[in-house]
Amino acid sequence: MSAKQKVLVTGVIGSDTHIVGNRILSMALEAAGYKVIALGALTPAGDFIKAAVETAADAIMVSSLYGQGELDCRGFRELCVEAGLDDILLYLGGNLVVGKHDWPEVEQRFLDMGFDRAAPPGTRIETVIGWLAQDFAARDQRPHPLEA
Amino acid sequence: MQACALLIDFGSTYTKLRAIDIGARRILGSGQGPSTVTSDIMVGMRAALADLERRLGRLPRFKYRLASSSAAGGLRMVTVGLVRELTAEAARRAALGAGARLVGTYAYRLTRGDVESIIALAPDILLLAGGTDGGNSAVILHNAAALGASALACPLVLAGNRSAADDAVALLGNMEVIVCENVMPEFNQLNIEPARAAIRKVFIDRIVHAKGIDRAQAEFDRVLMPTPAAVLEGVKLLADGCAGVSGLGSLLVVDPGGATTDVHSVASGDPSVAGVIPQGLPEPRVKRTVEGDLGMRHNAAAIVDAVGLERIAADARLAPARALALLEQIGRDLERLPQSAEEMALDQALVRASVKLAVARHCGSVETVFTATGPVTVQHGKDLSNVDAVIGTGGALVHSRDTRAVMEMALADAAEPLSLRPKQPRLLLDREYLLYACGLLGAVEPQAALELALAHLEPIDREVQHEQSLGA
Repeated sequence: MSAKQKVLVTGVIGSDTHIVGNRILSMALEAAGYKVIALGALTPAGDFIKAAVETAADAIMVSSLYGQGELDCRGFRELCVEAGLDDILLYLGGNLVVGKHDWPEVEQRFLDMGFDRAAPPGTRIETVIGWLAQDFAARDQRPHPLEA
Repeated sequence: MQACALLIDFGSTYTKLRAIDIGARRILGSGQGPSTVTSDIMVGMRAALADLERRLGRLPRFKYRLASSSAAGGLRMVTVGLVRELTAEAARRAALGAGARLVGTYAYRLTRGDVESIIALAPDILLLAGGTDGGNSAVILHNAAALGASALACPLVLAGNRSAADDAVALLGNMEVIVCENVMPEFNQLNIEPARAAIRKVFIDRIVHAKGIDRAQAEFDRVLMPTPAAVLEGVKLLADGCAGVSGLGSLLVVDPGGATTDVHSVASGDPSVAGVIPQGLPEPRVKRTVEGDLGMRHNAAAIVDAVGLERIAADARLAPARALALLEQIGRDLERLPQSAEEMALDQALVRASVKLAVARHCGSVETVFTATGPVTVQHGKDLSNVDAVIGTGGALVHSRDTRAVMEMALADAAEPLSLRPKQPRLLLDREYLLYACGLLGAVEPQAALELALAHLEPIDREVQHEQSLGA
């Protein structure tokens, strides 16, 4: 079953209406062969998780453009674990914090929150697609938890 | 020769008949007998036919004899889905749309206790959903295994992740399983028609026999559907019309009953104001909701719990202690019909409260979300503010001393601007209790059924009400 089409949930978290970049990302991911469940703008954290449970998603890709990303994403990984999505891949991208901060420091903050990848403004779509290929390949090589 | 139809409702309290002259679009007469499904259905049926014959002089030969049933507890259903707001909600809507009486709704993995409680509920049909097509299969398979290994013996409609359907059927073992399309094939895409049709078919093929309704088979041709489904079909026909006859347009129907208050709507429910963003599961155009805590008799106390004794008493112009005493009287005798002016006033307050709450719960609402780019209006549920007509049906409304004062409770209220209730609809009363008959007859003669209902719905406006109260 490793050839099964991977399912990605995308959306813009919180009270954020910036939909354009997220829509372009969703289209590009679809073109790259993924099944994309696009939740659109103004999506509460819980809705990402509900959609991922029902569709058995392989990854959740959260966009945040209005600077409140850190508040909106607090506890996101814990919510996933609570819903039985212990192993789901979590990506985050956009204008993640307000003000000038060094990217490595910001990135580390989100990695510490349980995200697998964080993308700063200006990240190329090709880069993200490359990450996905790499991360899924790594996961597919791992023994299945029930068989391990 | 005059072509006639006999339309039968095997209800939980009464067996009700309507004899219709199809050509003239006229009600020839009505008959009523007790509901005797639990003993011998023919007793009530014969009594109802005798009553009809007494009114008509003699019974005509009927071209159609069609029945619906809500007898013997109605079509008792349990639904099981995965996420409560997603496939579990879609399954709930499919069951309600099929005219079921929902006795239990479950989400996520069924525990041993859940399975035991399902068996105790003794549903007529269980609807099992979960997962989008190609999505989660672990939970529906877990639930299929749990149900398959249990003592549950009812037919099961399987409407979940199609990738898991074969394995689920195997795990369900000896249960009678009807497989149909997923209630949610893609994320947030509602597809309840196939499950509705499957439930209807099981009802006709199995439940009618299991409940002993077919023992009256000599007196009718077919039982077509559960009565709530017949009402919903009638409402749909009235809204949409048929070839050659236009309907009333978008509709909302409220039916405050003895045990529950049903609300039906036929309308897209899309935002009526530009720029409003709908959120949540898409809404079915034809939607039925049932408020299990709002019933004029079995749930009179629950209505008071929901609204507050003070407000009910004030609306009835009774002292709270007096209202409470009358409520206790209803609790002791559920068959009781109001006799004194005080009892009528209390009933009026109860039905007003039921209509208001049930319609408010059926209609959607808006809320303002403040974003970095300014306020945005988000809509949950159906926007029914622009529906063309609101129809009231059911004994509590028909026998109300001021029908308009009840129907007005279904309308938008300036004090609750966020609720998307109808603003300026036509108000109509189904005085003859024709909606179920319209739904049944519509299955064979849609134009006659529609014209019959259109001719008998009574417009409610202040003038008419005034004349009636003067005449009384």
